Amino acid sequence: MFTFILRRLLLFIPTLLAIATLTFFMIRLAPGGPFQAEKDIPKAAVEQLRKQYGLDKPLGVQYLNYLRNAVQLDFGPSYKYPSRTVREIIFEAFPVSLELGAWALLLSIVIGVPIGMFAALKQNTGLDFAAMTAALAGVSIPNFVLGPVLVLSLSLSLYLLPPALWQSPASRVLPVLTLSTAYVAYIARLTRAGMLEVLRQDFIRTAFAKGLSDRVVIFKHALKLGILPVVSYLGPAAARVIMGSIVVETIFAIPGLGRHLVNGAFNRDYTLVMGVVLFYAAFLMTLNLLVDLAYTWLDPRVELA
Amino acid sequence: MSAALAPAPVAVLPERASGLWSDAWRRLRRNRASLVGAVLLVVMASLSITAPWLPGLQDPTAQDLKLSATPPAAAHWFGTDELGRDMFSRTIHGGRISLLVGVVGTLVSLLIGVAYGAIAGYRGGRIDEAMMRFVDILYSLPYIFLVILLLVFFSRSLIMLFVALGLVQWLTMARIVRGQVLSLKNQTFVEAARALGASDRRIIFQHIVPNTLGPVIVYTTLTVPAVILQEAFLSFLGLGVQPPAASWGTLVSDGARLLALFPWLVIFPGLALSTTLLCFNFLGDGLRDALDPQGRRDVS
Repeated sequence: MFTFILRRLLLFIPTLLAIATLTFFMIRLAPGGPFQAEKDIPKAAVEQLRKQYGLDKPLGVQYLNYLRNAVQLDFGPSYKYPSRTVREIIFEAFPVSLELGAWALLLSIVIGVPIGMFAALKQNTGLDFAAMTAALAGVSIPNFVLGPVLVLSLSLSLYLLPPALWQSPASRVLPVLTLSTAYVAYIARLTRAGMLEVLRQDFIRTAFAKGLSDRVVIFKHALKLGILPVVSYLGPAAARVIMGSIVVETIFAIPGLGRHLVNGAFNRDYTLVMGVVLFYAAFLMTLNLLVDLAYTWLDPRVELA
Repeated sequence: MSAALAPAPVAVLPERASGLWSDAWRRLRRNRASLVGAVLLVVMASLSITAPWLPGLQDPTAQDLKLSATPPAAAHWFGTDELGRDMFSRTIHGGRISLLVGVVGTLVSLLIGVAYGAIAGYRGGRIDEAMMRFVDILYSLPYIFLVILLLVFFSRSLIMLFVALGLVQWLTMARIVRGQVLSLKNQTFVEAARALGASDRRIIFQHIVPNTLGPVIVYTTLTVPAVILQEAFLSFLGLGVQPPAASWGTLVSDGARLLALFPWLVIFPGLALSTTLLCFNFLGDGLRDALDPQGRRDVS
């Protein structure tokens, strides 16, 4: 177990280095610079700015400087808003995105797993068919269609919930709902498939045969294995939730990290974009490691490679 | 889920092969949702392909400010947008682009994924280990950020979009093909080909790859909606298809800004997009049950 974690941690460094290198050179090689839009600035001032941000140094030096600072989570000041550092922006915006994403994932599991279990236990009945058709529809409606439709019906027509922003608890309902629907549906499908797979196995038949109650067999024996596909989906799910949160933050004007990323990309805010990408990459890789550990805890048959 | 219905690796024999496909066809026909999905997709595709020549379909870029943002009516089934453009025509033309991106992006991912997976699975050993470890690493990356960077900093052409989306989608395909190849490569028909002196390349692409078709078809059907969704996602953020061209994603994005005033601008393109994705998913599910009864349900 210990060596497994150690090996995975050692894989962290080259991967993060690769991302850092890739983003750094991609952005430097791209046409245009951060000060291109300000046409009124005199040449001398531009030179001054470039010097201040170290852009006059050779590319190799810039790269090494960048890496050295990035290790300390110091991504420098934002190019677009020089009075703020990227670290400040990340620390301020990330908790918002984290809360949004965490609620969405939690909701997907809490609702998706029971639906999937129920469908599996009632396999091939009308209820199963209805639940799975609804789930497929849920997977098929993009969040940027669902969001506006929910706003239109629940906020602008029925006046039940605030249509935007991230303030009162009520204002969080629509964004979380918009973000989580697809994952509720997908997790329900995964749970159903996983449960069906397990319920067919011999040890379940044995458990029933020796007279255990339905509840004990389903919750103590079947669920633990049947839920494995869901557990291994949590890593990719987290990545998708982050991707989806970019859209949801845009729709509902939520001041999260995804919105900063998109704005930063449009403003050519080099430092901000690289900081956010690196930060999210490290975050996702940590999550993936935790998911792997949870997987081995649930299914001792899996050997840690 | 009986094992007897599994896509037999021995499908090289002609009579067995036809058995596999006719079995699959019979199973697919019984799945009504899949068939409805397939029919709707055919309708949608024919409308999209013939859109520029359809009689009565208005020019999607023709503006008429006197008709600015009229609700759906007999003259304009889906209403008009704020510039007086016919939304029905814009939705159909949007589908042209969305479907094109979906199909081409999927083809790109198919080419890369099949070749990569086949080579890794066939070579095995160290090469396989290294190739699949690389896929693992890519899996853990927030690749969508790289796509966003790619599209923001370089030209936002349709070609770039195809490449970016294809590059993102090939990983799962590579894994599926590799798994198939691993189980196929020690079969006797491969040994026979090798004994006859066939080159590795010939064995991989002439003998092994055709036998992986079942799962590949299933996953391809499920990749198309994934790519359409990604394109719509990027277009929604303003990074995808550029005006005056408009995909469904662009239309929804434009409409969302005027949602409170003219809800039909979101509802119709959104409905078209969601219906198409649903049809593809229904068809993909049906094909999976028909062609690949062992199931690969953990693959999204």
